[in-house]
Amino acid sequence: MRRLWLYAAVLAGAAIMLFPFLWTVITSITPEGSLADGPTLIVHNPTLDAYRALMDAVPIWRILVNSLLIAIASTLFQLVTGSMAAYGFARLHFPLKNVIFGCYLATLMVPLQVLVVPLFIEMKTLNLQDTYFALLAPTIASAFGVFLLRQAVTAVPAELDEAATIDGAGHLRIFTTIVLPLIRPALATVAVFAFMGSWNSFLWPLVVIRSPEFMTLPLGLSTVQGQFTTQWDVVMAGSVVSIVPIAVVYLLAQRHIIAGVAHTGIK
Amino acid sequence: MSTPTLTRPKAQQVERPTTTHRSTGWKKLGWVLFFLLPSAIPLFVFTLVPMVSSLWVSLHKWNLISPMQWVGLDNYTNLLTDPMTRRVFLHTLIYVAGYLPLVYAGGLGLALVLNQRLKGRAFLRATYFLPVVTSWVVVALVWKWLLNPANGLVNQVLGFFGVPGPGWWTDPHWALPAVILSSAWKDLGFVMVILLAGLQAIPSDVREAALVDGANAWQRFWRITLPLLSPSTFFVVVISLINGFQVFDQVYVMTGGGPSGSSQVVVGQIYDLTFRYGRAGEASALSWILFAVILVITAFQIRGQRRWVHYA
Repeated sequence: MRRLWLYAAVLAGAAIMLFPFLWTVITSITPEGSLADGPTLIVHNPTLDAYRALMDAVPIWRILVNSLLIAIASTLFQLVTGSMAAYGFARLHFPLKNVIFGCYLATLMVPLQVLVVPLFIEMKTLNLQDTYFALLAPTIASAFGVFLLRQAVTAVPAELDEAATIDGAGHLRIFTTIVLPLIRPALATVAVFAFMGSWNSFLWPLVVIRSPEFMTLPLGLSTVQGQFTTQWDVVMAGSVVSIVPIAVVYLLAQRHIIAGVAHTGIK
Repeated sequence: MSTPTLTRPKAQQVERPTTTHRSTGWKKLGWVLFFLLPSAIPLFVFTLVPMVSSLWVSLHKWNLISPMQWVGLDNYTNLLTDPMTRRVFLHTLIYVAGYLPLVYAGGLGLALVLNQRLKGRAFLRATYFLPVVTSWVVVALVWKWLLNPANGLVNQVLGFFGVPGPGWWTDPHWALPAVILSSAWKDLGFVMVILLAGLQAIPSDVREAALVDGANAWQRFWRITLPLLSPSTFFVVVISLINGFQVFDQVYVMTGGGPSGSSQVVVGQIYDLTFRYGRAGEASALSWILFAVILVITAFQIRGQRRWVHYA
């Protein structure tokens, strides 16, 4: 009996979490006229009109590809710059190391909101407004990634490096063949956060991007909503287009993503 | 092989990089630069420089176009006496105060349930987590439609039960609750995953010992689970407060700070000051005030954690 209640509660929870997604899909294929009468679960004459209207309004495919490219590039950049810095801080000895690492951590504490105005001005002065570079620039390196990866590199036994040094390996070989493979879980965590951060980022694109060709999905979607304030079928079609790719990535990497989030939570 | 032949070359080789100063100096610097510059340059150019220039801008009157005008600390004093500042901070505070208990209680409930032996646990966990990977803009739009006062699903269902639904994001009293509700829905899975990891880290012998001593489920929850979960709780509270004070995306999309400024939050105000009213100096000052507030709150939590956070 108790278990029955438990399952009922759990399933009700799952319904609450999943239903809004289902509802989004349903709305997007409901003819616009029938939406005014109130919601129905069964769509009598499903249509793709909303998707057509969406494609006419914004270059949605281009925006989708932009989002993917920027997220992938930002992830790769953060993995490379982050792991290299992590190795430097964990394995090299140089003066002022702690001070420099402290500077890294200081940038971690400053929220994007503080940076947004001057960063926008910087981009404007450099004439980089409305470019891919502007979207990417603030996410090339992340102090959070450096911090997380440095912890991981520190946990790699130094004896391994020493043994490799005896074999004549230099820093680059030790870094690529010994350290990197051993910190793979931390790299996965950083990758998850970098990808999700870029994919979901809104404030910075909103500030720095004007033309639809360079928009990412959240920004594109928000402009769609501005154009079709009451046409919820079109707005929901846009939402479906933004949800599907990330949902696919999520389903494929679900275990790693959840483990990655849980992992940073414990630390 | 005898031991001496094994140890001798090792000792020589290992010492070389640390003891020979002639060859290392420049070479070592080269390696340091090689490993650090790829991150140091972007962090310097795109974080440190804007940080410093933000401080500089905050001491000026500037509309982004005409030359800057030095005003000293006027922006700060003006903001601190401006009732608008108090208003946007109050809204942000209401948001955090509504969001945090909701998301924590919900997340804890789900984590406790999923910590049981259940069929389909992995599926459920994945389902609850799905909104976390969805972007704020999408979540805000989906909920804006669900909470549409006229023909949104929530009000239709409420109407079916004879309850007149509120105006949600079109009503000054309900705009913030609408934002809170959708935000909590999005982050429930995140909190659940963090707390679930915390629950699983609780050693089972502690719980078994309590069981042997005859503690009932209620006592076990309050005396054992919750205290031992406190490090995870601490993490959730710190992160939620930091993120909560920076709330923007969902407010911008759902209400645009309206109706009539009733849901304007601090970051929304920073955005509007800069890009709508051309008051970049005040916007920068406000962003530093927000940063200071977040810093103080976080510092207080870290100092206060000794009282209630138990590290096992």
